[in-house]
Amino acid sequence: MFGYILRRLAVAIPTLLLLIIFSFLLMHAAPGGPFTGERSLPPQVLANLEAKYGLDDPLLVQLWNYLKSVVLHFDFGPSFVYPDLTVNKLIADGFPITMTYGFLAFALAAVVGIALGSAAAIRHNTWLDYLAVGTAIGAQVLPNFVMAPILVLIFTLWFKWLPGGGWSFSDPSFWVMPVVALGTSYMASVARITRSSMLEVLSSNHIRTARAKGMPESRVILRHALKPALLPVISYLGPVFVSMITGSVVIDIYFSTGGIGRAFVDSALNRDYAVMMGVTILVGALTILFNLIVDILYAWIDPKIRY
Amino acid sequence: MALLEIRDLNVRFATNDGEVKAVNGINLDVEPGDSLGIVGESGSGKSQLSFALMGLLAKNGRASGSVKFDGQEILNAAPKVLNKIRAEKIAMIFQDPMTSLNPYMRVADQMAEVLTLHKGMSKRDAVAESVRMLDAVKIPDAQGRIRLYPHEFSGGMRQRVMIAMALLCRPQLLIADEPTTALDVTVQAQIMQLLAELQREFGMAMILITHDLGVIAGSAERVAVMYGGRIRESAPVGPIFADPTHPYTQGLLATIPRVDQEGDELSAIPGSPPNMNHPPAGCAFEPRCPYRLARCAGEDPVLDLFDADRARACFATVADVRARRETVILSADEPAAAEAVEEAPEGDLPVEIIAGAGMAGTDSEVKQ
Repeated sequence: MFGYILRRLAVAIPTLLLLIIFSFLLMHAAPGGPFTGERSLPPQVLANLEAKYGLDDPLLVQLWNYLKSVVLHFDFGPSFVYPDLTVNKLIADGFPITMTYGFLAFALAAVVGIALGSAAAIRHNTWLDYLAVGTAIGAQVLPNFVMAPILVLIFTLWFKWLPGGGWSFSDPSFWVMPVVALGTSYMASVARITRSSMLEVLSSNHIRTARAKGMPESRVILRHALKPALLPVISYLGPVFVSMITGSVVIDIYFSTGGIGRAFVDSALNRDYAVMMGVTILVGALTILFNLIVDILYAWIDPKIRY
Repeated sequence: MALLEIRDLNVRFATNDGEVKAVNGINLDVEPGDSLGIVGESGSGKSQLSFALMGLLAKNGRASGSVKFDGQEILNAAPKVLNKIRAEKIAMIFQDPMTSLNPYMRVADQMAEVLTLHKGMSKRDAVAESVRMLDAVKIPDAQGRIRLYPHEFSGGMRQRVMIAMALLCRPQLLIADEPTTALDVTVQAQIMQLLAELQREFGMAMILITHDLGVIAGSAERVAVMYGGRIRESAPVGPIFADPTHPYTQGLLATIPRVDQEGDELSAIPGSPPNMNHPPAGCAFEPRCPYRLARCAGEDPVLDLFDADRARACFATVADVRARRETVILSADEPAAAEAVEEAPEGDLPVEIIAGAGMAGTDSEVKQ
């Protein structure tokens, strides 16, 4: 197992390198650049700017220089659009915020979703089941860009309980709405996956054996049914975690949280090459990491999986 | 008082196609140390009967009637009452040991939890006792293998684990639901022999549910033949094989392949089992029965004693069924096979070889 993890991490390095090379080339292959705006700059200014950021070098030289600075110095370069901002600083500022509400939203989705889905399966075809399924479908069809303004309307404008935007690490009242808005639809998916998977496990032969052994129902569910029922949930949650802590642009815009989701989209719109690359590498690395975690969890739950 | 007393047991399933009458009006007694075989083809209700006893029916299933264990009513009893009886008094082993054991838990954990729960043992003692039980079911290197997961055992070894797990609390009654169906023939014989030994050693009663008459012949003292959710014939094992008095039992026996049978085709009872969503008004076997009478289609015969310990549910008389047995069976067979049976030298070759069974000694009577 340990050897497997090491092997997977070793494979991650060339994967990331390929990711960097491909996105770098793709990014430059697209027409336009960071300094092409609606008002075109005088040619001399443009030439000076390109010289400053090294954009006048041949593409492969640029790529080589970029790789050197990333690998050797862990330096993702300066932002092309905000002259006094580096990518490292941008990620260092935004990522902790995104991580915080993303992780909490993930926890909300996982804990509430699994509990709701299991309860629905255990009380299959009762009012609890119908309520859970109804809630899940309702939550799933409500996208977060609809959810967010509704939350603001209710909790900020009507009740005046929660701040309508901004971020503070010391005041959790700023966290509530981003977490709820981000986590709810994932929670609904988790609930539905858990429910169907739990229903399948509960009708399997080994659960009948557990009951025949005189196990109380609570033990049957917690010790015998939950682990196998979680297998499909885990394979869903791995990628979800990555998209939660990165793809939160809607949350960043609505609640002005200042996470990296907004930076990702802005950088793409502004052609801010360095920021785009930095965020892409971050997302890529996280995706590789969480796929590995999912695989490890799988092996931990299902003894038939050995690497 | 019988150890297990089943009276008028019915099992119904609510399905989208209506109510399925899986088990109908079953009466059975099991004495301490007794071994009862319940035989019938797929869909005859034999497994649902055993699930009903243990309260293990699927959620859409309802059981009615009465099941008394040691005088205590256990049918539809509260979970607390049932959980005291399950594994401790009545244990059960199932058909497919791969899926019936928990594939996600080590054998040690799934066995030990029975003892920690029912006997209040410490985990350590429970594992030690589980190892002793694995030794008792002849699993080599039990001490080492108890740390493994079920998929690391072979099919036969898995069923031994299943048996060991069922016997941990020394139950008074063991229900074995198709214990050898998923196993290959040589392993089947070993498992049945092991079950017979353990039954003697532990002095427990056993209900053996199977579609395999060979398994019944070797291991049961009494046999109940089920069809369409009802018992059609019940008798000690000898007469069931030597002198079947119900057309369905006769049909079942005729389907057993013989070593001296020529040709490739196996004989079968013509027709298919009844759809229990819409059971026939009369006898469920009527459409397939070579002895059917006019009244069979409208009226279901009840199970009646016709001898000291033999009962049958059939309108055709015992004498008629006995008299026509040979012709009815042979006409269902291939002609070549029929000749072979007639020409078989008396006594040299056992006429009826039953796969995996220890009892083939009734052949001389069979031919009468």
